[in-house]
Order: sequence, then structure tokens, then C-alpha cells
Amino acid sequence: MIPAAFDYVAPSSVEEALAALAQYGDEAKIIAGGQSLLPVLRMRLNAPEWIIDLRKIESLRGIRDDGDAIVIGAMTPHSVVGSDPLVQEHAALISKAVGHLADAQIRHRGTFGGALAHADPAGDLGAPVLCLGAEFVIAGSGGTRTVAADDFFIDLFETAIGDDEILTEVRIPKHTGWGAHYEKMVRVAHQWPIVSVAATVRMDGGTIAEARVGFANMGSTALRARGVEEAIAGQPASEDAVRTAAARAAEGTNPPSDLNGDAEYKNHVVGVLTRRALLAAAGS
Amino acid sequence: MTRITLTVDGAQVSDDVEPRLLLVQYLRERLGKTGTVIGCDTSNCGACTVHLNGTSVKSCNVLAVQADGGEVTTVEGLAQDGRLHPVQEAFRECHGLQCGFCTPGMIMQSIDLLNTNPSPSEDEIREGLEGNLCRCTGYHNIVRAVQHAASHGSSTAGATS
Amino acid sequence: MTATEVENEIGRDRRRKEDQRLITGRTRWTDNIVLPGMLHLAMVRSPFAHANITSIDTSAAKAAPNVVTVLTGSDFGEELGVCINAWPITPDQVTPGHSPMPSDRVAFAGEIVAVVVARSAAEARDAAELVDVEYDELPAALDLKKAAADETIAHPDLGTNKSAYWVFDSAEAGTGGSADEAIAKARTDGIVIEREYRQQRLIPAFMEPRSVVVDPTGEQYVMYSATQIPHIVRFALAATTGVPESKIRVIAPDVGGGFGGKLQVTPEEWIAWAVGRRLGKPVKYTETRSESLLSGHHGRDQWQKLTLSAEKDGTVTGFKVELLADLGAYVAIVGGGVPVLGAFMFNAIYKFPAYHFAVQTVLTNKTWTDAYRGAGRPEATYAIERIMDELAVEVGVDPLEIREKNWIKHEEFPFTTVCGLEYDTGNYEAATAKAKEMFGYDALRAEQQQRRDSGDPVQLGIGISTFTEMCGLAPSRVLGTLDYGAGGWEHANVRMTPLGKVEVVTGASAHGQGHETAFSQIVADRLGVPFEDVEVLHGDTQVAPRGLDTYGSRSLVVGGEAVVRAADKVIEKAKPIAAHLLEASIDDIDFAAGRFSVRGTDQGLGIAEIATAVFAAHNLPDGVEPTLDSDAAYDPVNFSFPHGTHLCAMEVDTETGALTMRKYVCVDDIGTIINPLIVAGQVHGGLVQGIAQALWEEAVYDDSGTLVSGSFVDYLLPTAADTITFDIDHTTSPSTTNSLGTKGVGEAGTIASTPAVVNAVVDAVRHFGVNDIQMPCTPERVWRAIRTGGKGGATTEAAMPHFEAEGEGA
Repeated sequence: MIPAAFDYVAPSSVEEALAALAQYGDEAKIIAGGQSLLPVLRMRLNAPEWIIDLRKIESLRGIRDDGDAIVIGAMTPHSVVGSDPLVQEHAALISKAVGHLADAQIRHRGTFGGALAHADPAGDLGAPVLCLGAEFVIAGSGGTRTVAADDFFIDLFETAIGDDEILTEVRIPKHTGWGAHYEKMVRVAHQWPIVSVAATVRMDGGTIAEARVGFANMGSTALRARGVEEAIAGQPASEDAVRTAAARAAEGTNPPSDLNGDAEYKNHVVGVLTRRALLAAAGS
Repeated sequence: MTRITLTVDGAQVSDDVEPRLLLVQYLRERLGKTGTVIGCDTSNCGACTVHLNGTSVKSCNVLAVQADGGEVTTVEGLAQDGRLHPVQEAFRECHGLQCGFCTPGMIMQSIDLLNTNPSPSEDEIREGLEGNLCRCTGYHNIVRAVQHAASHGSSTAGATS
Repeated sequence: MTATEVENEIGRDRRRKEDQRLITGRTRWTDNIVLPGMLHLAMVRSPFAHANITSIDTSAAKAAPNVVTVLTGSDFGEELGVCINAWPITPDQVTPGHSPMPSDRVAFAGEIVAVVVARSAAEARDAAELVDVEYDELPAALDLKKAAADETIAHPDLGTNKSAYWVFDSAEAGTGGSADEAIAKARTDGIVIEREYRQQRLIPAFMEPRSVVVDPTGEQYVMYSATQIPHIVRFALAATTGVPESKIRVIAPDVGGGFGGKLQVTPEEWIAWAVGRRLGKPVKYTETRSESLLSGHHGRDQWQKLTLSAEKDGTVTGFKVELLADLGAYVAIVGGGVPVLGAFMFNAIYKFPAYHFAVQTVLTNKTWTDAYRGAGRPEATYAIERIMDELAVEVGVDPLEIREKNWIKHEEFPFTTVCGLEYDTGNYEAATAKAKEMFGYDALRAEQQQRRDSGDPVQLGIGISTFTEMCGLAPSRVLGTLDYGAGGWEHANVRMTPLGKVEVVTGASAHGQGHETAFSQIVADRLGVPFEDVEVLHGDTQVAPRGLDTYGSRSLVVGGEAVVRAADKVIEKAKPIAAHLLEASIDDIDFAAGRFSVRGTDQGLGIAEIATAVFAAHNLPDGVEPTLDSDAAYDPVNFSFPHGTHLCAMEVDTETGALTMRKYVCVDDIGTIINPLIVAGQVHGGLVQGIAQALWEEAVYDDSGTLVSGSFVDYLLPTAADTITFDIDHTTSPSTTNSLGTKGVGEAGTIASTPAVVNAVVDAVRHFGVNDIQMPCTPERVWRAIRTGGKGGATTEAAMPHFEAEGEGA
């Protein structure tokens, strides 16, 4: 219940934070909202010597319109993201997923960037940012670089963020007018998903012109279901067409077997949830 | 040690703390605010819920140093001049507690829920309390209590905002 | 004024006296207690299920900042005491010695091998990580069935895992016929149903983690503990640690739930006791939730082999029950007694002519098991109510009909069962009729048929469970015949203060049940004083010196009756004083509504006036003691037998196996209700615990004996969002075994709801060939059962890895 002792610094700018990272290197851990990190520290599964707290860096907070994208600061709390009108209008999939993330208290503290940097494959935000083709803005000593969503998640709890880098913001290309749905399967409400499916579609009349589908907890990272996307593009938003496309949901997945279901079960369920999510996103 | 200064239940406090000290431990051990309790180590149970800068948080999942400069309200800071907060009153009226261990967190989260949604549906209440575990009541009367508080205008009496 | 003109307190929905403190945070949890110079303990626990301890190096820990000492089992002698089993169920029960801190061998993962004492809890925890323990791992007995076959021995020195084999046979007992004969006959000309059900391992998961503070600085050693049983703890400390009872005071301050999980004498309490005595300083230990789930006792964990015989029309002729019960690594305080408490309940509300029960208790290298809400009776009710559904299917009738055919009719009470118990009152017809109507049974059956006919992917199931249980533990003579180590009486003391207030002392020890309110109502009625004038005191052996504490739905039925009797003695003591003061004959004194009056006159005195007169003692009759204070110890003559009918509708998503509860109705007969608000709360909470066994909870070990569901991330308690609003009501046939007519309600909801839910789930998918789904009915298991017509298979013994060591800040 009590973390091992550590030293603490709360820099007031990204530059100071990067300097601290450079100084303490492997022995440091960044804390954003801390909602995933603190349980790890309390159970002493990890014991960093330094904690670098980003809470004083105001530039990391907030959501802004940037032309063809919206930009979400890494330190923006989930509760702010979930109720933000820009997000609702241009990235409805994220609004819907955030509403399912953990519980109200954790949404008040936990941050958008922190959750993505934590890279739990069962996290609720990975699949939506993959679907929306987000770009991750990462600051390092040499300046900032941008990583595409497809290149961001590397493995279980591993991202493209280097040891000496900080995620500062996430750019979400606008998907204005796209239908969206987040289908999450849990046994009890406070669980991580057994399987989640994020789906967003651009409709053209009764036809699904384009679709993006992503999964949580179906592998060592959040996944895109490209086979499903290909199969449904240009198809009518009918039960049959969607069912046929959703049959490809389990292609390339590698879900973990755990108390809540084995891989076979999850590979089955992901197809059912994909069908439901696509139909809901298409509004039918 | 890191110096922190914050306002807790209306009083300003200032202490040197170890950075690893959790907010809930600071409240209980340094300030004697033992009304807020610790029920788990994975932030599932919500028994430690307090308000930090106007919204509910799990105080076992916040470092005291992270709350520096902030304003904290605990279950002990709700009643004003001996008058219970309407949500406290509703929990008693509707028998929304038995052993009472989850109650501080339940009350604090219920107030937060009503602050953002003064007239929640039953489903909204149930979902709004999904971060708080109770082992005694089966939640039935907790939901009644929140409904009771909503219909008796709890949000206008909010002791925390 | 007569009694009938005063509103009775009994039956009123009084708001609880306890709540003012609890809703404002003015609480006294054990972990809140801070004493001058208090030291903190951290436990070093074995990561292995079974291992020899080859060495323990405490030097680094002892050198850590602010560490006072580090102690291991070998640092203590007999003053460490032992954890006791109070109920050896057979004379030849095999019972491993249970040191609170063994020095040679650990028998489950989580067992304590060393204790660190430091000036702060954080420093104690820091130093605990520095204790270097070398283990030599031994093979672990984990699977219950394999352990029962002695494939691997949990305690090698004992040579067997079989602890006790306990049998009840109605033919041998003379209370019924031979179940074997009935089954043999049915195999030729009747129906025989054979099933094997699993009662999964559960964790009580009270919300307040256990905590203990020991203060050895006064003349009495004081232990504060988050326990249900302060009196039993005191008894056991004295019996095993050599400290005289008169030198021990045990206090259970505010206790945050128990559900049987705090009905224990724990290694943590005993270690804190020994360390406090050794150092002469106050010490505190508060467990983390992980420690609580790992080392607090677990519940249930049985395999139930059942054989039911019936005539072709569904009239049951015999029932044979063969249980394997997992004790875990040690025989806990009630231990093997838990299945025995269920032994007399498998026949439930039915008129079975022949019954055989046998339980083999088995030692394994897992956390010990003991009482969990219902203790034996939920297991029994589950077995019979599941198999009665199977019988209904076999006969081809509605499951309510098969129950009605076999249950005891209301006019047949009192009824002596095949177990020899006398059920005093009950009316199963009335409760069932009311439940059926509230449920809309026929409409839901019609909807079920319609969904089945249309092949709806969401199928509807209706689950039924009736139940009865034996409450009010327990008649001491019965406990004696069962070799239980104590009696079952309860004690009360009622005192009148000089100004006419009332103090009620009870030996029951509440931890959320609302005793202060309910007992105040009883005494207010009995003595005719205002509800507000009654103060109920409990939970401290110095305040309430005699008692047997709270469990087994006994507080009201046994403890409440003791309070009634003590109050009545107060009245009897006051009567001659009233007569004397009123200058009347005692034979002419009536007592009603708090007033002693002279019959046929308007002369009278209130009980408060008598109390003041007794305090002054200026004018008492000759030879009368100047006190009204009265004690009573009540030993029940029989159990009480609440019953009820529960109906549950479940929707099953046949594509995913996901389950949604649609409706839940229960009508319970718990006799006279003292406070309907408190009763409703007990029922609601009980229902969710029972439902949670059916759907969510399971303590799972992996094949090395590590508890996989070791945090609330993986041990799934439901939230408000996972549960529904319940429709509850009552029928009332007052018990005749106590003067209030109460029957007990603490466990009722838990007992009936588990089979009601599983029956509903199975009913929804029976047309796929499913006749059982192992609990908890996870979506995966339901889906597999639908696909294969089987039981849904086993769970993968792995946790979700959300709190891995690696990971960025979030």
C-alpha cells in the first residue's frame, strides 16, 4: 500500500522536464495523472528513484482546433476530453470510448496522454486513436517529432516514446460527420475490457463508404482490423453485409487467455462485437 | 521531504511530506481526518474518494505532493454548522449504509455525480457510482439515497464545488 | 394510557442510530487508533504454497532506518500461542498444528514467516523487503479432488490430506429411511437424478481490511481488532498464550463488515499480541487489500456429488449427498464445521423420507477456509434447489410444481424433518404465491416461450429457489452433541440510570447490522421508554463481559431474546419498589407503557421515577437491593427457520454468453420484523452477495498455488452498475421459539439467490442441451455450454496484467 521511497520533481516546462529526464535517465518515471502508475508503485511492482511530475506544465493541457485536426494536450484529463464539444464533433469515437474508461474519479485524474503512453493493450483509448489515424507529438532534447498511430504502439506497455522523451500532444485528424460506436465487454463495470471494439464509419446514403475498426485486449497492443475495414468499405450497412465483414475480425489477433476468457472465446466475441459496433456506428 | 500547502475542509494546512506519501495517508495520518478510509490498493473500491479542486478523486491514487496548492473536501467537511449535507441526510433517510466503511467514498462520489447531473436516471446513478464498491447494501438503497437527494435539491446545497 | 395507544417501536422503520457518526466520518475503525509510542508491523509472507524454510536472514532489515526489531517464529516460544480449531467434527479428525508464524515449513502462499517492527508503517514495509528468506520448495496439494486422493500431501508429517469424514444417515439416526434403498428402488421403477456441482472458492471481501492494535501498557493487555468475535478472541488468547482472561480486554471498535470473514482467530492478531507483549509497546498491524484477499480465510470450496431418487410423478423418495470440502492449509476456527452446518439443510423445505449426508474434509496448500455468509446453508440450498429443477425437467412439469408436490404444507407445522429438526412455523404456499404474483410469472414464461420459438439471440430464463435455513446459532446442547467447542447462548444486561435512561449491554458484536437501533426498539417497547433514551453498548469485553458475538443470524434471535429477558427482569425488580412507593399490594401493580399503576386507581409511577428512587435508595422496601440492573443469558431451545421463495429472470446473449439480470423478486418469511428498513437492507445486501457467487466471484489459484485473483482487479465484486433494483416483500409466520417471534435475516438473501440465478441461466439455455453451468457463470462458460451442451469448462488461471512493472506514467 505504501510505495517505496523516491525523490520528486515537478518541472514547470517541457524543457525542464526533458532536462530532468536526461539527468535521471532509467531511474526516473514520469507521472501524469498517475492513475495506472500509482497502483504499480503501491504494490511495489516498480520502484523508480525519481518521479517527474508534469502537473505544472500548463502547455500540456487543453484541446484546440488546428484546421484539419484537433489537438489534445497530453495532460488533459479524460473527463475534459469526454465532454469537449470539439472532440464530440470531430472525433466522436474518442468521446464514446472515454465515457467507458474506468470510473468517474479516475477520469477526473487520469490523462489522455498518460493512458496512451501507458499502452495497456486493454486500455480504452488505443483502438480509437488507431482508427482515427492520430499523430503523436513527442518532445526530446533535439526538438519534437511526430509518430503515426500505426507506429506508436510497439508492444505490451511499450510505445515509440524514447526513455528521454515526453509525449506532449496528440493530433486527431477530423472525422466530422463520421458515425461512431464503442462496444465494450466486461463482466463487472470496473473492469478493463475483456474485448472492446471501436468502430467509426463514413456513410454515403445507406452505404458504408469508409470504416475504421480497432480492438482492445486482442493482442499485445491495440489493433486495427484492416480486414474488416476492407471488407465493409462500399457495402450496404445491412446486417448481412456487416456480418460477412465482421467474420474477418479475428484475422491477425493474438488475444491473451485469462480469467475472463481464453483466446478462442475472445476471437469469437470480437466478431460479434464488431458486427454490433459497425451497425451502431452506421446508425442502423 | 517536499513542502506542500493546501486547503482541507476549509482550513489551510502546510507540511513537509515524503513524496511517496499518498493523499489519503496525509489526510488520515498527518491531519487526523480518519473519516476518509483505505479499502484497497488498486484504486477499485473508491472508499477513499474525496474532492480535489471540486471533482471527485480516489485519494489513495493521488500523491499528497500532487495535491499541493489544491483544495480538498472530505466527508468531514460536508456538514455546515451541524447541518448535514443533503446527500448525507439522504443516506441516513434511505438506509444507504450498513457497516459504513464505503460510505464516505459513496457520499463524496454521489455529490460529485449530482454536481454534474442534478437529475440523474437510475442507470446514470448506477454508472456514476461504478468506481465505488459496497459489500453490505447491494447498492439498492444507495441508489434510492441518491435519488432522494436529487429530488430534494442536493446540488444547490453543495458544500463543495 | 394503555400499551395499545402507544405506537409500538417494534415494526417501525426507524432510521438508524448508528448512521450519524458513519455519514460524517466520525468513526472508530481499528486503523484509526493511534497510541503514544505505537510501533507498526509489516509481515513477510511466503510466496510459495508449500516449502521448507531453510534460512531467514533479518540482518539487513534490522539495520534499516527506524526498525525496532525483526522477529521470526523461532524467536518466540509458547507465548506466540496457536490458532485454534474450535470444532473438531469427528473424534479422529486430523488437525495440523497451526502456528501463527511457523519457523520450519510454510503450507500456503501468504503464510507469515517474519514480522518487522518499525516506527512507521512505511519503514516497516521498506524493511520487510530486506528480509531474506531461503525456501526449499515442496510439492503442493492444490486440486481438491487430487488432494482427497492423497496424490500430494499438504502436511507430509500427517501422511494424509483427509481431515475428517462426517456422516449423517437418516436410517441410522432413526429419523427416516435408507437413502441407498430408496435410490436402488428408483433405479428400477422411478427416477434417479445424479449430478455433481461445484461450490467455487469465495473470499468474504468485507470492505474494511482487518486491523489489530495491541496495547500492553496498562494492567490489562488490550487488543483492538476488526473482528466479529471479541469474546471468542479473548477466550482463545487466554487459552493459547498463557495470559489469564482477567488480564485481557478485547475491543471490536467500529467494524466494517464481516460476513463470516472476521469470525476467526488470526495469525496477524496473535503475532501482534506476542510482539506487543514482548516489546511492552503498543503495536498496530493493518493489512493491505492484497494481504486480505491472500490470507484472510476464504469460503465455500466444495464438490457436491448428489443422487436424488423420486417416483415417476416427481415425489422425492431419497436424497444422498457426498461432499468434498477444501479446508485449505489449516483447520480454521469453525473449519470443517461449515459443511456440517449445511448437513441438516439439504432436505430444505421438503418432506424427504430418506437422506444420507457425508462430507470428507480435505487439507490442501491453499488459504484456509471457514464461514462465509450462510456457512454451509447456501451450499445445501444450492444443491437441492438446482437438482429440484433437474427433477422437474425429468418429470416434465413446471419447477414450481415439483417443489409444491414435495414441500411441507403449512398445516403440517410443526414438522420434524428427515434430519430430526423440528421446523416450528412456515407457510411456503403463501410466500410462493406472493412471489409469483409480484414476478408476473406467467407473463415471463410466455415471453420465454416466444423468444425460444422465434430463435431470439437473447434468450430468457426463469430461476426459482425456495429456501429455509437454521438460524439462531445455537442451542448449546445441540452444539455439544456436535462436539463444538463452545455454547450458543447470548448474554444481555439492562441498566436504568439514575435519571431514567437505559443502557443495554449485549454480548452480540455488531459490524454493520444495526443492533443499536433494533435493540433500542425492542427495549423501548418492553420498558415503555423513548427509543432515544436507550443506549446499546457492545463490542468491548470490559463493557460487555459475557457474550458469544455475531454470526449465523443469531444476534436478534438469541441476543435479542436475552435483551427481552433482562428487560423483563428490570420490570420484575421495579415492581415491589413501585408497590412500596405507591403503598399498594404488589398484586395490584400493573406495568404498561413504562408506567407502574395501581389497578383500579389513577395512581402510578413511571419507570424513570422508580429508577431515580432506586438511585436515592432513601425509601426502598426492606431487603431490596438498590438496583434495577438485570442480567439474562439466553440459551435457545431450538433453531429458528426463516424461509422464502425467490424468483429471478435472466437474459442470456447467446452470441457472447453475456448475462443481464432482468428482474428479481423475493418473498421471505423471517417471522416478526423489528425494523423493516434494516431487514430490507439485509436482504438487498445478501441478494447481491449470493448473485455475485453465481455470476462473478471466484478465488482462482494457478498450478503453482499462487492466488491469481489476488486483488479487486481480478476478484470481481459487482458495482451499482452491475446490479438492479430488487422487489422484496414478506409473509409472516412468527417463530414460536422466542418471545419476539423473530427468525433471523442476516443470511437469507445470500442463501436463496445463488441457485435462483443459476437456475435462471440454465433455464434460458436448456434447449441447447445445457443442464449445468459451473459458477461463476462467466460469459465464456455460458457461451461454451451453449456450443457444447456441457458445463462451460474451466477458467484460464491467469490474471490480466494491467499493473505490470513496466509501463509509462498514465
